[in-house]
Amino acid sequence: MNGVEMKGITKTFGSVIANQKINFDLKYGEIHALLGENGAGKSTLMNILYGLYHPDSGNIYINGQKCDFRSPFDAIRAGIGMVHQHFMLIPEQTVWENMILGLNNIPQVLPKSEIKRQILELSGKYCLQIDPMSFVWQLSIGEQQRVAILQMLYRKAKLLILDEPTAVLTPQESQNLFKMLTYMASEGYGIIFISHKLDEVMSLSHRVTILRKGEKVGSVLTGETSKEKLAEMMMGQKFVFSIQKQPKSAGPLVFDVENLRVRGDRGFHVIQDLSLQIHQGEVLGLAGVAGNGQQELCEALSGLRRIESGKIKINQQELTNRPPRHFIKKGLRYIPADRRGVGLIPNMMVDENAILKKYWKNPIAKRSLINWREVARYAHHLIRKYYIAVPHVRYPVKNLSGGNLQKLMLGRELSDSPQVIIAMHPTWGLDVAATKFVREQILKERDRGASVLLISEDIEELIALSDRLAVICKGEIMGVIDKPQEVTPEVLGLMMAGTPLKNIQKVSA
Amino acid sequence: MSIYFRINKRTSSSWLLSIFLPFISVLLALIGGSIFLSFLKVSPVQAYRGMFQTAFGDWYGISETIVKAIPLILSGIAVTLAFKATVWNIGAAGQIFLGALATTAAVRYFYVDNRGIMLVIMFLFAGIAGGGWAAIAGYLKARWNVNETITTLMLNYIAIHLADYFIYGPWKDPDSLGFPMTAPFPEAARLPQFAGTRIHYGLFIAIIFAILFWFIFRYTRWGYEIRVIGENPKAAQYAGIYYLRYIVLIMFISGAIAGIAGMGEVSGLQGRLQHGFTAEFGFTAIIVAWLARLNPISVMLVSFLIGALQVGGESLQIVMRLPIASTLVLQGLILFFVLGGEFFRNYRIRFIRGDER
Repeated sequence: MNGVEMKGITKTFGSVIANQKINFDLKYGEIHALLGENGAGKSTLMNILYGLYHPDSGNIYINGQKCDFRSPFDAIRAGIGMVHQHFMLIPEQTVWENMILGLNNIPQVLPKSEIKRQILELSGKYCLQIDPMSFVWQLSIGEQQRVAILQMLYRKAKLLILDEPTAVLTPQESQNLFKMLTYMASEGYGIIFISHKLDEVMSLSHRVTILRKGEKVGSVLTGETSKEKLAEMMMGQKFVFSIQKQPKSAGPLVFDVENLRVRGDRGFHVIQDLSLQIHQGEVLGLAGVAGNGQQELCEALSGLRRIESGKIKINQQELTNRPPRHFIKKGLRYIPADRRGVGLIPNMMVDENAILKKYWKNPIAKRSLINWREVARYAHHLIRKYYIAVPHVRYPVKNLSGGNLQKLMLGRELSDSPQVIIAMHPTWGLDVAATKFVREQILKERDRGASVLLISEDIEELIALSDRLAVICKGEIMGVIDKPQEVTPEVLGLMMAGTPLKNIQKVSA
Repeated sequence: MSIYFRINKRTSSSWLLSIFLPFISVLLALIGGSIFLSFLKVSPVQAYRGMFQTAFGDWYGISETIVKAIPLILSGIAVTLAFKATVWNIGAAGQIFLGALATTAAVRYFYVDNRGIMLVIMFLFAGIAGGGWAAIAGYLKARWNVNETITTLMLNYIAIHLADYFIYGPWKDPDSLGFPMTAPFPEAARLPQFAGTRIHYGLFIAIIFAILFWFIFRYTRWGYEIRVIGENPKAAQYAGIYYLRYIVLIMFISGAIAGIAGMGEVSGLQGRLQHGFTAEFGFTAIIVAWLARLNPISVMLVSFLIGALQVGGESLQIVMRLPIASTLVLQGLILFFVLGGEFFRNYRIRFIRGDER
């Protein structure tokens, strides 16, 4: 008997079909990988199983019994647990307090020592070392993930869903997670593992179900398939990542960052003594596990965050602690990771968003008046040049898809021939075609002579695009690799975990 | 079997609905009101007819409606400006008081016996005082992120009592037989009224401001910046807009317009500052701004309708002999239904039968 059986699940959002007649099942003691690109419908399917969405049609059976979940409460009661990509934990509370979150059959006076005992018992059994008394905000991302998994075990969930659990982990942390999941499966847990990383799926899972554009492509036993076959099923075509990068010798130094120190929102130093040099016509990649100061670095470098000490220069001109508008006027453009929250104004129209970085300039504005005819012309120009799919320029940006949002923002930032481009996760959440387009645009700017700082978590992307590759850990640069194509994953992993490059070279020498 | 209902956000708004919704809301309000009226043993039909006739039945009624609409338009635009930038200025009432106080101060201490010059002085005084009062809250928000909803509200009480201090104290008219009021303004300090009505020239100021701000929001860089700030403050900073400086500036201008509304009331209507000068329309302005969906031209229309509701409500007191509280209940009901109807513009309710689960 299957632990989970989903039959003919269909879910639409407006005119978008997120899931179309999908069948999916999970046995106890099995790790079942759910593979697909961003936007393939993996998360929707799992959110349906977890009771967050209600399917338009189709049925769910748990342990052979038909279920209709109206909320995650129902799913939890049926023994399903989900660890989201962004953990649903309360940072201000301790581990044990988070453990009982949302449970309603606990006594009014909390049996703290009993809860602690149970946590330690569970964490001992599954090698999830954690101190029940520590506050969640004090924990690393890897530790927080353990808490989120423990939370599910504490609720006696026997069927676990993990939504891209390795996206935020270092390679070493991922290995630990895999060991633990394998052990849990042998103990009889059923585990659904959402991913789009083929290596992980191949090494961890027993079975793979592949989704593409909301439809199920197929289910295969991992032992009977190969990475190439999976990739083919996932992409729908033989996909060769071929971006032609012209070899180019870098020009003079353009963007010079010296000994930067920056404080984060909590008042701690998140950037310590960081220096970077980017030359004309060069892409400097910046690798690192999320949350090691990348966000704050981007804000500091675009003038949005105060710098405690250090210098930022473009072409020898100092910009330290000047207002953001000054950075823009000196030819710096920033493509933030948070498109809807920072880079665009979702409730405003395409044309209004297009002029965000030039609404004060002739011919868009003459003196104080905005020339809306000129604005529309400019927006049409961006739409054509960057293949943005919109019905018309007076269309609200909030209705655009992720790819078109990014193209709009990218077009706006790149169209003025900037000197310096800071791009954070520029292909995050995009489909294959849009990803390729964005990468090509970045290289085009490099060939034109721009200095690009590319911050990404996608190692393949960094290696493919970067002329040099830096690694950041805890706000410090661990080293700069001059030939990114030749670096081994082991070295990168060590650097991302906090070992400076020179120490690694010493050992290997 | 049981019935459940779910609330879903509308993915698109239908134009048919947005046309009929206000009518349905008003109709429901009238039905709700008639239940209330029948408790008072009053014929609803008669009451409503009375209200309509008082507000629109003759030139006097219409003129009184316009008199009520003038301060609503001005303070409605003041609030609209702040709300567009997502700055919650709910202290229009206090800013109106400051405007009225400054107008009176100008008359007392800077009197010039020339109507044109005097009106300009009063206008500037009222604007700066109201604007400065609001800018206090703006500065506190920009500098220390103090919640402006609280500060503007609290500043209202200070303003109201500050006005009372002057009316009962240093500015009390010795010839007023003990009534708490200032001496009447000299003729040069009065905004002219149209012959035979109480409509004063504040109407022109109101209409000019409405058109001006409609133009600003639509066609100027400044209006664009305000909308960006309001829709996404982070994007505003990202675009290099001086967000914090703008918060103070927007608060100042918003308060200045409210202050000018206060000037219109004392200089155009009452001719003096007296106890019981009420700035309640400073709160009504919030409703006006929302009903007008933050569009300055619609603010004029909505102000006129609310003005009519107030004038009509007075007829219930006089003709139907209903206590003043009952007219306020009726006004409240109508606003409640109209604002409540806005919910259905953005959401739909779906009923699900239990066995469909």
